[in-house]
Amino acid sequence: MSQSIQSPASAAPDTRHGAGLRADLGPADRVRVGMITFLISEAAFFSTLLMAYIMYMGQPMPGPTPAEVLKLPLAVAGTICLLLSSVTVHMAAGALRGARMGAFYLTLAVTIALGAAFLVLTAMEWRELIFEHRLTISRNLFGTTYFTLVGFHAIHVTVGVILLTVMFALAKARQVTQANHDPFEVVSWYWHFVDTVWIAVFTLVYLVGR
Amino acid sequence: MAIVEGATPNGPDRAARHSAGGLQRAGARPGAAAIVSTWVTTVDHKQIGILYTLTTLVFLVIGGVEAMAIRWQLWSPDGTKIGPDAFNQLFTMHGTTMVFFVVMPMLIGFANYLVPLMIGARDMAFPRLNAFSYWLFLFGGLLTYFSFLAGGAPNVGWFAYAPLTEYAFSRDHSTDYWILGLLVSGIGTLAGAINLVVTILTMRCPGMSLGKVPLFVWMMLFDALLLVIALPPLTAALAMLLMDRGLGAHFFDTQAGGSALLWQHLFWFFGHPEVYVMALPAFGIISEVVPVFSRKVIFGYESVAAATVGIGFISMGVWAHHMFTVGMSNTLDAIFSGATFLIAVPTGIKIFNWIATIYGGRVRFDTPMLFALGFLAMFLMGGLTGIMLAAVPVDWQVSDTYFVVGHFHYVLFGGSLFAMMSAFYYWFPKVTGRMMSERLGRWHFALMLIGFNLTFFPMHIAGLLGMPRRIYTYSADRGWTYWNQLSTIGAMLLGVAFAIFFWNLFVSYRRGKPAGDDPWDAWTLEWATTSPPAHYNFEKIPVVRSRRPLWDLKHPEDPDWDHE
Repeated sequence: MSQSIQSPASAAPDTRHGAGLRADLGPADRVRVGMITFLISEAAFFSTLLMAYIMYMGQPMPGPTPAEVLKLPLAVAGTICLLLSSVTVHMAAGALRGARMGAFYLTLAVTIALGAAFLVLTAMEWRELIFEHRLTISRNLFGTTYFTLVGFHAIHVTVGVILLTVMFALAKARQVTQANHDPFEVVSWYWHFVDTVWIAVFTLVYLVGR
Repeated sequence: MAIVEGATPNGPDRAARHSAGGLQRAGARPGAAAIVSTWVTTVDHKQIGILYTLTTLVFLVIGGVEAMAIRWQLWSPDGTKIGPDAFNQLFTMHGTTMVFFVVMPMLIGFANYLVPLMIGARDMAFPRLNAFSYWLFLFGGLLTYFSFLAGGAPNVGWFAYAPLTEYAFSRDHSTDYWILGLLVSGIGTLAGAINLVVTILTMRCPGMSLGKVPLFVWMMLFDALLLVIALPPLTAALAMLLMDRGLGAHFFDTQAGGSALLWQHLFWFFGHPEVYVMALPAFGIISEVVPVFSRKVIFGYESVAAATVGIGFISMGVWAHHMFTVGMSNTLDAIFSGATFLIAVPTGIKIFNWIATIYGGRVRFDTPMLFALGFLAMFLMGGLTGIMLAAVPVDWQVSDTYFVVGHFHYVLFGGSLFAMMSAFYYWFPKVTGRMMSERLGRWHFALMLIGFNLTFFPMHIAGLLGMPRRIYTYSADRGWTYWNQLSTIGAMLLGVAFAIFFWNLFVSYRRGKPAGDDPWDAWTLEWATTSPPAHYNFEKIPVVRSRRPLWDLKHPEDPDWDHE
């Protein structure tokens, strides 16, 4: 048998049943599918933490309770920061695709600043909870579930700020460009995801659970 | 007979081409340091697959020795050979090892090696992430086993129920090693699963639509998706447990209002999909081996594929059947019991598909097929006792007895491990270029089948007689002695069977019969390239038009695409 698997007899791919559709898939699609799959796993992770929070919500326990110590203003300010940052990161992605680098750097810098501001607000809130209300992770079930849920989210925001900063540096080094905008695209998806998780956390912890 | 142009087996630069392509011994022998350096730094999917497989074989020996020590302790009533403390460590480490460091990573290793070859790709989507997955798996395993040197191995059982795992009851560090080992290897497994999903979705060769992939690839896709959804809850639960133990949090601390039940829900939400994570690739192996050795197309490709999707979805909703005895409401019991009965349907569909494939075929009883037939019979028995356990009253009677131990060993050993042995005999020629010995293979199969049934069938009876699992000894008047002694004899037979297997691997690698590219006259793309494949797999990316591209090539007068 002298034929090969690329021989003319079989060279024309079958176009019925959508065969050959993947011919236009490339490395960019790998990055996109990879990020979507990763975000599905992250959603499963945060769902678990949210379920644990819901399970212990409103259980009788020694104080301090959420109603006594959680204050809305700081949390609302943080929420505004994150929601605005989702808008700016979206603008940055559009600017990069349109090769408007000035607008890209500006909106990306604002996004990074808003993310950092959220972390500062969280730190201020935690300082008050820990040093004034003596609420720690071991104080009661509220402390346990609150610090775990908000803490894991804050870790994700921190990672996001680092990723966005790396993207800023890579763009400055001409590694992330209009032609190569997919890495930034998927980082922006991650950022949107982290913001979405915060909406769930904020609703549960500060609105429903208080 | 080069099936792929350019990938000729006797090309002048064969040695050079294969220097990074498998277990091939190159002509000019590089130094030991160079070999180690090649393997440590590799990002080639085939080498990583081999690393996974060899590592899991080491863990298989360790886990097997632990099992034999357990059986040795249970040989006689009032046994004192090992003692209760070591016994607790042995059954914990046996279960943890076999689930997390043998079956799951071995199947991921097979997928690593085979999936890119089967879909006509040159590597996984993210080769460096792939290497990262392997090394995290290895270090997770080493971390768990380091506990032996650090004062004692984990002794809380492989599902580590709270509150026993809380600091108040397990004050040494063994449980921390267990948590950290699983966390580390779990992150590696998650990365590997994401890599597989992306590879299968974006790297298929021209013409290979998702409806034309080999069933092993299809099942690995859903296997990886199950891991993506089921592993993070375990990661979260392990993180919670770690915070309970290290930072004084109260998730599972019943004295401070925490819930031991929460751990059970979270662990089994991972744990039951995990059962299918270990079963689906085995189904995939069987779906490749059975048609080739029956000389027929798989019966009902579409229904096997659809049943896989069904199993994937339903397996997310059956976890609390592990918890019937903790006192859930009757409603919940009924829901989870019903879901468990339901999952038997797609699994049964597959069994019928495989039997219908064999029916009327010109069956060749080579060793891979023997193990596949063994799988069919043994897995069926495990499935049937699973249906018994899905009935809540039966479960109340036999939960946490040796009946359950017998059941899940029929599924995981009789199912997954038999399929993995089939895979070893089937793909060893592709990986090494040499056939495994058929004579030793038949001995291996016969002894394993007898030893397996001798070990695990009596456990059902001991369980029905009331013997609880995890007890380190029993008194002579319970009537369990005879059944335990049968199990122990069987375990020793299994030890002999595996010794033959390892000897077969060793001698066949050294002086097995040269295999050629396609020793089984098979139909999937991995057989179109050389054995072992060059590091780039295919010189030219293949183009396919049907589910059996090599059949089309060998039978141009009657290609498959006319019939699909």
